[in-house]
Amino acid sequence: MSTHPRNTTSRQCIGKITQVCKSFNDKQVLSNIDLALYQGEVLAVLGPNGAGKTTLINTMLGKISLSKGEISLFGHEPGSMPVKRQIGAMLQVAGLPDMSTIKEHIQLFQAYYANPMDYNKVLEIAGLKEIENQYSKNLSGGQKQRLLFALAICGNPKLLFLDEPSVGMDITARKSLWRAIEMLRAQGTSILLTTHYLEEADQLSDRIVMINRGRIVREGTSDEIKSQINTKKIRFKSPVDIQSLLALESVDKASKTSNYYELESKCAEKTLSEIIGKQIIIEDLTVTGAALEDAFELINGQEKITEAA
Amino acid sequence: MNSQALDKPNLLNIYLLEAKTETTRLLRTPGFSIPTLLFPIMFYTFFGIIFSMNPATMPTYLMITYAVFGVIGPALFSFGVGIAIERGQGWFDLKEVSPMPASAYIISRISLTFIFAAVIVVLLFAIGAVFGGVQLMRWQWISLFFIFVLGSLPFCAIGMTLGLYLKSSSAPATVNLIYLPMGFLSGLWMPINFLPEVMQQFANILPPYHLAQLALKITNMDLGFPVVLHLSVLAVYALLFIVLALKSYNKKDKQ
Repeated sequence: MSTHPRNTTSRQCIGKITQVCKSFNDKQVLSNIDLALYQGEVLAVLGPNGAGKTTLINTMLGKISLSKGEISLFGHEPGSMPVKRQIGAMLQVAGLPDMSTIKEHIQLFQAYYANPMDYNKVLEIAGLKEIENQYSKNLSGGQKQRLLFALAICGNPKLLFLDEPSVGMDITARKSLWRAIEMLRAQGTSILLTTHYLEEADQLSDRIVMINRGRIVREGTSDEIKSQINTKKIRFKSPVDIQSLLALESVDKASKTSNYYELESKCAEKTLSEIIGKQIIIEDLTVTGAALEDAFELINGQEKITEAA
Repeated sequence: MNSQALDKPNLLNIYLLEAKTETTRLLRTPGFSIPTLLFPIMFYTFFGIIFSMNPATMPTYLMITYAVFGVIGPALFSFGVGIAIERGQGWFDLKEVSPMPASAYIISRISLTFIFAAVIVVLLFAIGAVFGGVQLMRWQWISLFFIFVLGSLPFCAIGMTLGLYLKSSSAPATVNLIYLPMGFLSGLWMPINFLPEVMQQFANILPPYHLAQLALKITNMDLGFPVVLHLSVLAVYALLFIVLALKSYNKKDKQ
């Protein structure tokens, strides 16, 4: 199941997670996680809430002990000072100390690193330029997220952990966060981000690891995961009723939303020739491949079935 | 790994910046600075000066015990409540994951406690000298100042442990529930020999009692127990709570 990423095989491996298991009070939260991190790669850990994404990050940050297995980052144990000096982390933080300004927060965190990023560059990347003198208590949710992002990057880390970075951000802020991530990647920073937004994983990552119930269920590039399902979607307008469409041999599923029918088929060509053969009138036709979201639902669905069996 | 990774940041710079950030932050938080500064001063003015039962000795005695009461406050609250709240927010976790040396976190809060303690002590001295007619030799003022400020250290350790074990929502109330009765039972609000015999016995296990006795020795107002006894009790408390704090801090899989 382990597929090697296209661009990263030649790159340096900076972290290795081997057969990691973790249980809390007999509840298995992570089981047999194997994962490698490469230099300059964006790795998205994708999964529904409670899948174990944050637990996985916390093991890599050394905050959680392992029940089994091993993690090594830059050749050191997670949580040790040599590792901490090379990483930055954006965690899910509910609040920051109220009465410090953005500037004070950033400059303090910069002091923790030997070669921090230039202060103005941090402000620019995180989009905090106009509000550097505001107290953190006056920041909106999205601004707080940007400040946490700034704190994660201000030390010029080689490896950046972003736990649900775009939660609470509006679409503009999210887009600028994505640009910032692209830019850091271009500079050679490795980034591990968790998200439950498929679009985010799709847009940003070189590689996606899908986890569910503490296990890796798929691993690969966004395209590879999408291609694992061969279902196509056929969309059109038509005056016929849904029964005659369901009657078509190659159609797996049919649904109607407003004026449009949406068919799912494993062989779009055959479905189309059937439609034309039956002289069904159609207009405004589109055929699309599966979205990552569909892959995700399908894979999670399969998981549930195998679990039940 | 290249050399950049092995470079170390300037530790002294971190200590200074951390302490500065922490202190300015709390000075801007009136909910912290006003009660911690005002309570000991208000109590002393009422009970030590305005309603003083014995103007010859009471202003001096209570200046000393309210100074003990005063320096314990910032120690218990900046550590106890401060850490509990930051833990509740997840901010403490972020600091823990960052390359901040743990010592910087502790030193910044100790310096903050020292600054608040020094201000409280100086204000109490001024009120005592000006309005209470307290007259002491220069060496007595100086010794008292250092006993008070350094005496806050065992309470920093107690506060740190409270901060690491308490929930953020209950921390302020719990710390007050420890702070106020402990102050009263240690004879900080009225002279210890005014309290019933049983309570005087009980005070022996309370650290503020021992710090107060140590300070009262400077003006010959103590009960006459040896210095070593008071110092040892304070040291045992400090050590015990440092161990407890370390135990909680080093425990992984918190919450």
